[in-house]
Amino acid sequence: MSNKVFKTAVEALEGLTFDGMVVMAGGFGLCGIPENLIGALRDSGAQNITAISNNAGVDGFGLGLLLETRQIKKMVSSYVGENKEFERQFLAGELDLEFNPQGTLSERIRAGGAGIPGFYTKTGVGTVIAEGKPTMDFDDEEYIMETGLKADVALVKAWRGDTQGNLQFKKTARNFNPMMATAGKVTVVEVDELVEVGSFDANYIHTPGIYVQRIIEAKCEKRIEQLTIRERA
Amino acid sequence: MAQGKGWSRDDMAKRAAQELKDGFYVNLGIGIPTLVANHIPDGVDVTLQSENGMLGMGPFPYPDEVDPDLINAGKQTITELRRSSYFNSAESFAMIRGGHIDISILGAMEISEGGDIANWMIPGKMVKGMGGAMDLVAGVKRCVAVMDHTNRAGASKFLPQCTLPLTGRNCIDMVITDLGVFSRGEGEARFRVTELAPDIEMDEVKAKTEADLDWSVL
Repeated sequence: MSNKVFKTAVEALEGLTFDGMVVMAGGFGLCGIPENLIGALRDSGAQNITAISNNAGVDGFGLGLLLETRQIKKMVSSYVGENKEFERQFLAGELDLEFNPQGTLSERIRAGGAGIPGFYTKTGVGTVIAEGKPTMDFDDEEYIMETGLKADVALVKAWRGDTQGNLQFKKTARNFNPMMATAGKVTVVEVDELVEVGSFDANYIHTPGIYVQRIIEAKCEKRIEQLTIRERA
Repeated sequence: MAQGKGWSRDDMAKRAAQELKDGFYVNLGIGIPTLVANHIPDGVDVTLQSENGMLGMGPFPYPDEVDPDLINAGKQTITELRRSSYFNSAESFAMIRGGHIDISILGAMEISEGGDIANWMIPGKMVKGMGGAMDLVAGVKRCVAVMDHTNRAGASKFLPQCTLPLTGRNCIDMVITDLGVFSRGEGEARFRVTELAPDIEMDEVKAKTEADLDWSVL
């Protein structure tokens, strides 16, 4: 049986990183991001990275770490609002940015992982998103073509995983992680809790281990972006 | 309302909430639309969708319930309900794009007389991104835009054509502003004034609207 389990994030990325690589990183805001693997990617020193991720982290956390060190050349995202360093680099022309509507981004990743090179969507018809893209009419309605996305390495955060890479996600920390797991040539996962194979009820596995090549157990800070609470009466 | 005429932000949210029907699956945008959740009419049971991967969004947590793995699309901590379900982002937008969400209530910078909406970028300013807005206006069955009728300079935001980059084309079914409600039925090209806010006269709405509307019926 092949061994998918690695001890540390740095070891899990060994031999996978290179200049100009395309990386996917899961998460929505700071929820469900592979914190430890992002740190290890920074430490790898890989340059000119194209990062596909819904957001760009915040200053000093998440993908913000890789922006600080100028390791990211291009971001493919749907929303990048919470990062001053990102804004500075973008306005200075130091960083490329490709905006995708969030549903288009998630579907491009799903398609890439599912062996579908392109698909048609009505999202973005009549907007700047449609510029330069082929169109097709279906039932007298216009659609634009979008392409599937793949990555050299997908960095995924899951809640629990077993030693064969079967994964379960927690609440809204799931977000982009399951699709990204399918779209990486190599998929590396960090989990809160690593368990022996056979521990899960097979009915409740969200991502089957076939998509996962490497897995680590690692503690996450899980920073909260907008703490909102109510008081007990 | 106490201060002056027309609707406040909260009044607009309250009016928008009247569009929710029992059993609806609903997506609320950020800003005034978020306030709609506070005004859901009695006897109307709706399920709120959060596009980061949840149906059945609950209220903000008590301090001892906070979970960093449970947030809404505005990145705020929230809670789950008995009916809640979680799913991935591709499935979330399959619901949205596939027409399974009954209504989307969203903020707007400009609306055109043909139902175009612009709400995601101002050229020359830092662009944060469209997030899920383009998917929502393209896919949700009914889209209701909530905005101030005029900008700070007093110019109409309800226009013949949007001047800002579009979020979507011909997708808005109802516009709620501080001055009133403007709606069009399925397949209708033009909006009609269907309601005026308190102490607002039609002449004032006409004076503050550049869009060509159907002014005939009220």
